[in-house]
Amino acid sequence: MTGVQTNEGGVTDVQTKQNAEPVPKQGVDLPRRRGWRPHPVIVVLAGALIVVGLTYVLPPFRNYQLATVGAYLCVTAGLTVLTGLNGQLSLGHGALMATGAYTLALTQNKFENLPLSFAAAIAVTTVAGAIIGLAAARLRGPYLAGLTLAVAIVVPSVASTFDETFNSDQGLSVMLNPPPEQFPMEQWQAWLCWSAALIVVLLLALLSRGRFGRDMRAVRDDETAAKLAGVNIARTQVLAFVASAACAGVAGALFAVLAQSVSPGAFPLTLSLFLLMAIVIGGLGSLFGALWGALLLVVLPALSQSVSEQAGSQRLEGNLALIVFGVVLVVVMLAAPGGLASIPSRISRMLRRNR
Amino acid sequence: MSGALLQVDGLTAGYGAAPVLHDVNLTVQPGEIVAVLGANGAGKTTLLRTLSGLVKSAGGRVAFDGADLAGTKVEHLVRRGIAHVPEGRGVVTELTVDENLRLGGLWRRDRADAKKALDEVYELFPSLAQRRTFAGHQLSGGERQMLALGRALIGRPKLLLLDEPSLGLAPKVTAHIMTLLRDLRERTGLAVLLVEQNVRSALSIADEGVVLALGRVVTRNKASVLRDDADLRHAYLGF
Amino acid sequence: MDEFIYLTFDGLSRGLVYAAFALALVLIWRAARIVNFAQGAMAVAAVYAGYSVTNATGSYWLGFVVALLTGLLLGVVVERVVMRFVDHSSPLNGVVVALGLVLIIQGTLGIIYGNEFQPVQTPFSRDAFEVGGIALLSRYDLFVFAAVGSVVVILTLLFTRTAVGLRMRAAAFAPDVSRLLGVSVGGMLTLGWALAAGVGSLAGMLVVPTELGVHPTAMDIVFVSAFAAAVVGGLDSPIGAVIGGLIVGLLLSYVSGYVDVSVTPMAVLALLVVVLLGRPGGLFSSSKARVA
Repeated sequence: MTGVQTNEGGVTDVQTKQNAEPVPKQGVDLPRRRGWRPHPVIVVLAGALIVVGLTYVLPPFRNYQLATVGAYLCVTAGLTVLTGLNGQLSLGHGALMATGAYTLALTQNKFENLPLSFAAAIAVTTVAGAIIGLAAARLRGPYLAGLTLAVAIVVPSVASTFDETFNSDQGLSVMLNPPPEQFPMEQWQAWLCWSAALIVVLLLALLSRGRFGRDMRAVRDDETAAKLAGVNIARTQVLAFVASAACAGVAGALFAVLAQSVSPGAFPLTLSLFLLMAIVIGGLGSLFGALWGALLLVVLPALSQSVSEQAGSQRLEGNLALIVFGVVLVVVMLAAPGGLASIPSRISRMLRRNR
Repeated sequence: MSGALLQVDGLTAGYGAAPVLHDVNLTVQPGEIVAVLGANGAGKTTLLRTLSGLVKSAGGRVAFDGADLAGTKVEHLVRRGIAHVPEGRGVVTELTVDENLRLGGLWRRDRADAKKALDEVYELFPSLAQRRTFAGHQLSGGERQMLALGRALIGRPKLLLLDEPSLGLAPKVTAHIMTLLRDLRERTGLAVLLVEQNVRSALSIADEGVVLALGRVVTRNKASVLRDDADLRHAYLGF
Repeated sequence: MDEFIYLTFDGLSRGLVYAAFALALVLIWRAARIVNFAQGAMAVAAVYAGYSVTNATGSYWLGFVVALLTGLLLGVVVERVVMRFVDHSSPLNGVVVALGLVLIIQGTLGIIYGNEFQPVQTPFSRDAFEVGGIALLSRYDLFVFAAVGSVVVILTLLFTRTAVGLRMRAAAFAPDVSRLLGVSVGGMLTLGWALAAGVGSLAGMLVVPTELGVHPTAMDIVFVSAFAAAVVGGLDSPIGAVIGGLIVGLLLSYVSGYVDVSVTPMAVLALLVVVLLGRPGGLFSSSKARVA
């Protein structure tokens, strides 16, 4: 994964404009000076090897957690591209995950064809993403946050509105064929999630290296300048939203497969806030950071759960993780002078110093 | 120079890394009008903003009325007797004329005198009295300048820091304001540190002039001398 | 027709609660240019504090007062400890920090009180009186009218008639000029947050008995409705917030009466989308674009 991270680190230096402390000039114009950077394909293949290796060493429960990291990676990677590279804040990705999960459940229960169900989940969330994205492209700052927050809070309630289809708060179970006998369930889940995650990361890495990535960063840094340079701002923003929505759909579908059920309770507002925290901590704009964020999303709740178990308090469970995530989010935001926008360049500077 | 109202020694300040003011020295005596002159970007506005604490000074000493100003919060400046009328007149455009003027006296303990000062300002500027309930943004440029000036006077300051009062005003209005400043000085002993690009107007009422160029004081002299110094005028003041 | 009248009164009663909550959002927006996404969580925390006191003492009114005071205090703490240090170069920073506060507050409440809905007392009956055979409104609705009405009157008087109100407005519009005129801008900001959070907690106290009860996330949907109300009114306008609140309240009441209760969240979302895209400045604002 290191290659992807270096790539993104160099690329994010372009956004020095809004920062009080400018990054040294060479970082802007000559990102390629920093040694050998492997092509994303190589990085992803290496990642696949590592994951496959891990699935043979890890015990089943760890494999399940590994699978969850992969599922989270899909959505954090997409969100990283949207917020970090394109500067749009979305609190609606939890709801988009719910969309993907429910679509998978409904399709799978009808046709019992997993690839078809995934395709349907991606298609439906892409459409949903396009609709929200069209609205989002016209909104900025708190208005966009407010609208997507409303989406995150309202969408789970749809399940109880159309309870014949969605079975209200109980949700739906997902019918899955068991994996071939020689593979344990958890190993199969890890492979499935990580195949999806690595494909998503590869596509996003290629996307953000190319012309589209340049457009997205230009829009984020200075809309007026981007417009003058001939970038179609609305189209760039909508496309970024659609791409990240599709990723969220994949993640949601994976969660439905992992849990073998879907319910509105699995996609609360806090899920969207967790995702936000994950990408902020991961260092906005870096796909490698998205991996860190996804790891944290699995590790922190697990840690706080074991703490709660030791304390013997049921109420700590879940809630402790909320507090930890909240504190981390606030502290990171306050500690980073310049706030969100400065985090990518600060991190890349840190990395450069270590090299 | 003891007994000076404002004594500035070696003041250095700026935004970020690059200092805008270098080692500035100047003095304002009680009841004196000192004009700070210079081209765009000479550091005139920064000088006033540093004196009032809106910009942090990086070095030097500012004494007012014999006491060091360092550590005085911006919001306590009026209590010390310094009124700063910022560039662009500083009228709160969303508030009415009356509210703007009352705002100028809110800090005062002596409510009766604040009220009296308010009435005096209305007397001094009859056009404001007619527009008490108008919002700031409905006023003309000249009226806004009068409002900002009047609001400063309600605090009965000893020293007025006045930033480009003539900016964007018709010559006639500028002349009116300059005359008014001179009258105020005669009547109340108000000292004025007047930042101006309009050198002619400023020197017509000032006792002394300080010329800034690229953040340094290049000349300090009697206003009458500066008015007659053709070389200096050409070099720094552009007329 | 009878149902329409009933729904109208019900909508006005709900709408006033949303209006109060939207007013809280507008107060902070005007003072600090931050949409306080933590407003809902802060209000719930205040309601829980009041609920604890009511349970311990048996007095609704003591709990009511404690809830309002907790709201004020939370406003002060959030501004002094957190929001003051947020970098405001991008509007996203304040949003993200507020969302972090949501997580902290909801998690803390969950640990202290648990994640179940707890029923809360009402000071007055919620049974509607009948006038000429038509069910109009309940004593509780009247209480809501009176409470929100007094808040609106008090705030109006505060801002237009008092020296503190003048200082607060000046500090919000022109911070530097205000400081030069001796106004403690930081103090006014703290006061603004305290007032807003106090009003928000009042709205919380009023709305919680009409819903399922108190829960760490009880105000999430109320926040969305109030945000919609504030956006309908234009975030800058207190009068707009009140009118926006009434519009949202009426809409929700009619939708739940004539369609179904479960559709109301989607109705809010639809309204929000329509207003944000159709009328970017809000219905009562003159600004052109929603570029905050």
